[in-house]
Amino acid sequence: MSGYVKTAREMGLVSCTRCTKVWPAGTETCGRCGKKLVSRDRKSLQRVWAWWLVGVMCYIPANLYPMLVTRTLFTTEQSTIIGGAVELLTHGAVGVSLIILFASVAIPVGKFIAIAYLAISVQRRSAASYETRQITYEVVEYIGRWSMIDIFVVAILSSLVQLNTIAAIQPGIASLFFALSVVFTMLSAQSFDTRLIWDVQGAAKGEAGNG
Amino acid sequence: MDARLPPTPRDDPIVCPHCDAVYTLKRPSAGQRAVCARCHTPLITPRKKAGLQIIAVSLAVVVLVIAATVFPFLTIKAAGVQNSVSILDAALAFSDGWLIVLSLSTAALIIFVPLLRVLLSLYVLIPVVLDRMPAKGSRQAFRLAEALRPWSMAEIFAIGCAVALVKITDLADVSFGPAFWMFSALVVLVVAQDSFMCRWSVWKSLEGLRK
Ligand SMILES: [Zn+2]
Ligand SMILES: [Zn+2]
Repeated sequence: MSGYVKTAREMGLVSCTRCTKVWPAGTETCGRCGKKLVSRDRKSLQRVWAWWLVGVMCYIPANLYPMLVTRTLFTTEQSTIIGGAVELLTHGAVGVSLIILFASVAIPVGKFIAIAYLAISVQRRSAASYETRQITYEVVEYIGRWSMIDIFVVAILSSLVQLNTIAAIQPGIASLFFALSVVFTMLSAQSFDTRLIWDVQGAAKGEAGNG
Repeated sequence: MDARLPPTPRDDPIVCPHCDAVYTLKRPSAGQRAVCARCHTPLITPRKKAGLQIIAVSLAVVVLVIAATVFPFLTIKAAGVQNSVSILDAALAFSDGWLIVLSLSTAALIIFVPLLRVLLSLYVLIPVVLDRMPAKGSRQAFRLAEALRPWSMAEIFAIGCAVALVKITDLADVSFGPAFWMFSALVVLVVAQDSFMCRWSVWKSLEGLRK
């Protein structure tokens, strides 16, 4: 990528991560927006892991319990996230089934792995390639919110499909766990002090030696 | 250390909030973007008349949110039975027991958070555009608006609608109410409003304000 990049820490500066105002190192709070200034937030990794763990724990019941309960004239059917997607697939709705699988399985699982990978690589100071890091970060930062799709689908279906005896759809308890899992994983990603990632990157290239 | 710096000159260092890289660059002129060379985070993205555009779009969003919430959103028909729902109905679909928490948060994610963010940015930007002193509490308002950014999920709800529609097409006939079209326009505007805003410039304009 680009050549030598100097960091604010090397130049004796600390920048505000909220409003990007630059202050001399050692300044405690940002005079513009009031945020506490830290050059590198080492404790952020503990918060990352804490939220991550709760997120993973919520994701398990989210997959075991039913997401939707469909009641038609003669049958009552409970479907889990994966069960519902597979059923759509057998009905020939390949596109939608893939969207559901992507949003509810691929994105959350990918995000768990990506956050864990970033946190471990910072702790072990092992540097991955620039591209891997960039892709990982983008997965975590921009795509993670999209796993909320399935919650909204459940919300729309269960409010809309209330046709007395003909058909009625109710949300299952898994929807609560799934939503919580998405929220906790978002909090986990937001806790990450991303500058730590780039320090490791810089050190690997011989950029930021001692810090 | 003394926390007070003299007013920032134009070519003051700009630090990437994501990776801590330092740049000394001139303010890009309207329409240009300054992007971090190492992690591609946009640093400064000024636009001509951005303030006015954002205000106009924000006002439209306020009107649309209110209208889209009240009017019927989707109508479903099967075997002579019919059911119409508004967006608020959809958000409040999780009605029994613990799922109420989910109802309230869904309503927040798709209606209240986008609305609140827009109102906050109006409050911050109107005095700035009129060349007045920023309104009292502008910094806190902008801080809140920025903190809520990942939690504004109107666009995700829109994709959720599409998925839900495909899921029920063989169960019943679905028709769109006026709110459906308003909500579609709303999603476009919310995304546009967000991309017009140059955070760096807004913080800069709030600088003269005393707390
Ligand atoms: Zn600040
Ligand atoms: Zn950067």
